[in-house]
Amino acid sequence: EMEYPNQSGFRQRKLQPDVRMRGTPVDPSDPSLLFDDTSAGGNTHEHSGVGKGPDVYPGQALLSDPMSNLAMAYGSSLASHGKEMMDKNLDRFIPISKLKYYFAVDTVYVGKKLGLLVFPYMHDNWEVSYQQDTPVAPRFDINAPDLYIPVMGFITYILVAGLALGTQNRFSPEILGIQASSALVWLIIEVLAVLLSLYLVTVNTDLTTIDLVAFSGYKYVGMFVGVLAGLLFGRMGYYLSLLWCCVSIFVFTVRIERYGAVISKTLLFMYLSLSFCFYL
Amino acid sequence: MAFTLYALIQTAILFTNAVAVLHEERFLSKIGWGAEQGIGGFGDEPGIKAQLLNLIRSVRTVMRVPLIAVNSVCIVLLLLFG
Repeated sequence: EMEYPNQSGFRQRKLQPDVRMRGTPVDPSDPSLLFDDTSAGGNTHEHSGVGKGPDVYPGQALLSDPMSNLAMAYGSSLASHGKEMMDKNLDRFIPISKLKYYFAVDTVYVGKKLGLLVFPYMHDNWEVSYQQDTPVAPRFDINAPDLYIPVMGFITYILVAGLALGTQNRFSPEILGIQASSALVWLIIEVLAVLLSLYLVTVNTDLTTIDLVAFSGYKYVGMFVGVLAGLLFGRMGYYLSLLWCCVSIFVFTVRIERYGAVISKTLLFMYLSLSFCFYL
Repeated sequence: MAFTLYALIQTAILFTNAVAVLHEERFLSKIGWGAEQGIGGFGDEPGIKAQLLNLIRSVRTVMRVPLIAVNSVCIVLLLLFG
């Protein structure tokens, strides 16, 4: 029976070409059907999941050319195997499932968080509510860190900086790339500095690296608000709004931590030493 | 100050090289930063100096071999591409 070896799993894959070559009539007079079946067969491969090998061939027409069948079966199984291996390895380096948690935001949360970033003085309750020992998704708790606002703020900052450079006739398309990589490098340096300071001051914290990236990324909102105000209101507006956003982000950062004054002490220590170095 | 990712990689390699060449006997012990002088107490307040010494020692131990490989690659690349 022709269907049986098709529906068997990975191990039987090697047997299939033999079975097909033994009993299949070669049908070279129908190339269009071959193409259609190939794409449809490819689609069913994608839908049927990983690692199971070719399951269902639409009709017997696909078996008309055993060599292309073999090639397609092998290629698709290789692709699915590679995809599953890549997913597994990628999951080891970048925890994808944990990343999804940071992007679970909704509009209300984003609006409230943006307001909190520029005006953190009226907020009373900074505790992050937990749910079975893991923090609640940002959709439900305004104090939870997320990665959506930092990513969007980063991109908006790059675009607004490009716009500002354009009004000064200093724009060129490479500038966008240079600004983007420069800002990214500063972010990486800052996160590494915070990690180093946390390690040196031996605090026991459950803040992961991604949390630190999120917290460091919140300042992009202040930065692009400043640049925007500078575009609209000139130099004075730029400096005033920058000062306001700096103070706001500072107050925000000092208050958000889940471990009381420890993180703020760490950050204070780090920033004081950095500013001392810069002063020198 | 426009940094590129390439500058960041260069900085990281240079910093790691700098930490890795701090010799234990000839230099660190002389200025009181030797490995045995840091592990003062086993309480839960090791202090910043002990942590720093620990960090230097662990960076030296861990990164010696990978640094050899990375430096060789850098030398070859700089020879080829200037």
